[in-house]
Amino acid sequence: MDINFDRTADDTILIRIGGNWNIENGLPSTDEFERVAGTKPLPARIAFDTTQLGDWDSSLLAYLSKLTDYCGQRSIAVLRQGLPEGVARLIELASAVPETKDARKERHRTPFLARVGEAVLYAGESMGEMLAFTGEAALSFSRFIRGKARFRRADLWLLMEECGAQAVPIVSLISLLVGLILAFVGAVQLKMFGAQIYVADLVGIAMAREMGAMMTAIVMAGRTGAAFAAQLGTMQVNEEIDALKTLGISPMDFLVMPRILALVLMLPLLCLYANFMGILGGGIVGVGLLDISPIHYYHETKAALSLMQFLPGLIKAVVFGVMVALSGCLRGMQCKRSASAVGEAATSSVVTAIVSIIVSDAILTVIFDRIGI
Amino acid sequence: MDRFDKKESCIEVQDLTMAYGSFVIQRDLSFTVNRGDIFIIMGGSGCGKSTLLRNMVGLQAPAKGKVLYNGASFWDSGPEERKNIMRRFGILYQSGALWSSMTLAENVALPLSEYTRLSHAEIRELVSLKLALVGLAGFEEFYPSEISGGMCKRAGIARAMALDPDILFFDEPSAGLDPISARRLDELIVELRDSLGTTVVVVTHELASIFAIGDNSVFLDAESRTMIAVGDPKKLIEESRDPKIRNFLTRGNP
Repeated sequence: MDINFDRTADDTILIRIGGNWNIENGLPSTDEFERVAGTKPLPARIAFDTTQLGDWDSSLLAYLSKLTDYCGQRSIAVLRQGLPEGVARLIELASAVPETKDARKERHRTPFLARVGEAVLYAGESMGEMLAFTGEAALSFSRFIRGKARFRRADLWLLMEECGAQAVPIVSLISLLVGLILAFVGAVQLKMFGAQIYVADLVGIAMAREMGAMMTAIVMAGRTGAAFAAQLGTMQVNEEIDALKTLGISPMDFLVMPRILALVLMLPLLCLYANFMGILGGGIVGVGLLDISPIHYYHETKAALSLMQFLPGLIKAVVFGVMVALSGCLRGMQCKRSASAVGEAATSSVVTAIVSIIVSDAILTVIFDRIGI
Repeated sequence: MDRFDKKESCIEVQDLTMAYGSFVIQRDLSFTVNRGDIFIIMGGSGCGKSTLLRNMVGLQAPAKGKVLYNGASFWDSGPEERKNIMRRFGILYQSGALWSSMTLAENVALPLSEYTRLSHAEIRELVSLKLALVGLAGFEEFYPSEISGGMCKRAGIARAMALDPDILFFDEPSAGLDPISARRLDELIVELRDSLGTTVVVVTHELASIFAIGDNSVFLDAESRTMIAVGDPKKLIEESRDPKIRNFLTRGNP
C-alpha cells in the first residue's frame, strides 16, 4: 500500500499507487490526498500511475472511489487511463447509478416529550384496535350462534385437541408443583400453631378459587396463545388470509372464531383438572412431610370445599380463555409481512395475554367478593 | 377468435391513486382491460405492481379513483355487491398462498363448497378435474408443504379456477420457477383464456412471458410514480420512443 503524490507542472496531481492492497491491512485515509489537493493553486485533474501495483482488492476500490467523490465535488477531472482496466471498470460501475438521495433513512433524534407523546398516542391507537377486534369477534360469535359462520368443523376438533388433550402433561406438572409449593408455604406457618391439618383447606381453596385457573391460563398463554399468533401471522405472511378475504370468507369466522371457541371450551376443563392435580400435590406434602393420614387429608379437603368454591375458578377460566385466545388471534392478525414480525406477534401475544389475565383476575376477585361467592 | 374481436371492456381503472398513508406509490392510473385479453401489469421492482393488483381485487382501498367491473364501481359498492363481484375473480398469489392446514383437494374444494350447493361427491369430482387440468392429478391428499414451489403455484391456479371465474389475476406467476415450468405456466394461461374466454390480468416483469402471452399492458414507472405507457407489449417495443420503456423491454440493450 504505497501512495505517493506528485504535483506535475500542468495542474495535475499524479498519484503513484504501488505494492499489494489487501483489505486485511485496513483502508488508507484520504487526508494526505486532501491536503495535497487543497494547496493552492488548486489542481485541475488527477492522474494515476499504477506500474508498481501488485495484488489489489476492494480496499483499493474504496480508496479510489473516495478520491473520485472528493474530486467530483470540487470539479477536479479524474483521468482513469492510468488505472488497471478492471479497477477502472469497477469504479465506473459503482458510479453508474447515482445515489438515491431520499432512500437513505434519516435518523433524527426525537425529543423525550415527543417520544412520550407518540407512545401515548400509539397506546391509544392499539387500545382502539383491540376494542375493534373484540367487537368483530363478538359479531363473528353472533354469526356462529345463528349458524351463519363459515368454518370447518374438522378445524375446531383439531384445535380442541391441540389446546385440550395435548396440554394435559404440562398442566399436570405445573399444577402439581403449585399445589406442593402452596402446601410448603402454608405448612411452615401452620405448624407453629400445631394446625398442620389446615394445609388441606389452604391448598384446596387456593387451587379451586384462584391458582388452578390462573396457572392453567398462564401455561396456555405461553403454549397456545403464542401458537395462535404464530399460525395466523405465518398465514398473513404467506397471503393465505388474503386468499380467504378475496374468496369472500371472513377470516374472523374461519380462523379466529374456532380458536376462541376451542380455548374457551377447553380451559375450564383443564382448570378443573389442574385443581385436582394441585390438591394432590398438597396431599403429597401433607402425607409425606406433615404426617397427616391420607384419609384425614381427604376428609379435611372435602369439608373445606363445597361445590360453590369451584365456581369462581371456573368463571375465571372461561374469561381467561377468551383473553388468551383473543390476544393470540389479535396479534396474529395484526402481523406484518415478514418473518421477524411473526416472532414479534408471538411474543406480544404472550405479554398481552398475561397482562389481561392478571388484570381481569383482579377485577373478578373484587366482584366475587362483593357478590359473595 | 371472433369473440375477441369486438372489444368489450371488462375492468376499467379510472384516475387511481394508491398510497400507504401519505406516501404515494402510483398516481393517476387509468386504463381498460378488455374481455378476453391477457393484460400485463409491468414495471421495475418496487414500482407498485402488486399494490395495484391488491387495489383491483379488493384487498386495499385506493386513496383516490375507481375500479369498475362491467361498469360497477367496486369500492363504492356495499359489502354484498362486493362479494358478488369478488366471486367472479380467481387469484393466484405470488407464493401460491395455499391454506397450509388443508390438503390440495380441500384447498380447491373450499371455494366450491362456499359458493355452490354441490354434494361432496360432485365437489370431489370437480376438484380432481381442476387438479388434473394443472397437471396435479393424484396429488389430492398432499399438503402444500409436501410439494414443490412450482406445484404449489399450479395448485394455486386450480384453486383460482375452481369457480370458473370470469377474471383471473396472477401475481408474478413465474417468480421462482425454472424456465421450462415458467413456459408451461404461460401456455396454461393462454390455454385458459382461449378455451374458457377468461380475462387474465398478470403482474410480471418476466420479459419472456410478457411477449409470449400479453395482448395489452400498462407500464408503471417507479420514478415518476405513474404509468408511462399502455398497449400491446409487442407494439410497444417497436414503437415506443421512451428510453425507460425501451430499456425495460430490451433488458437495457436497445
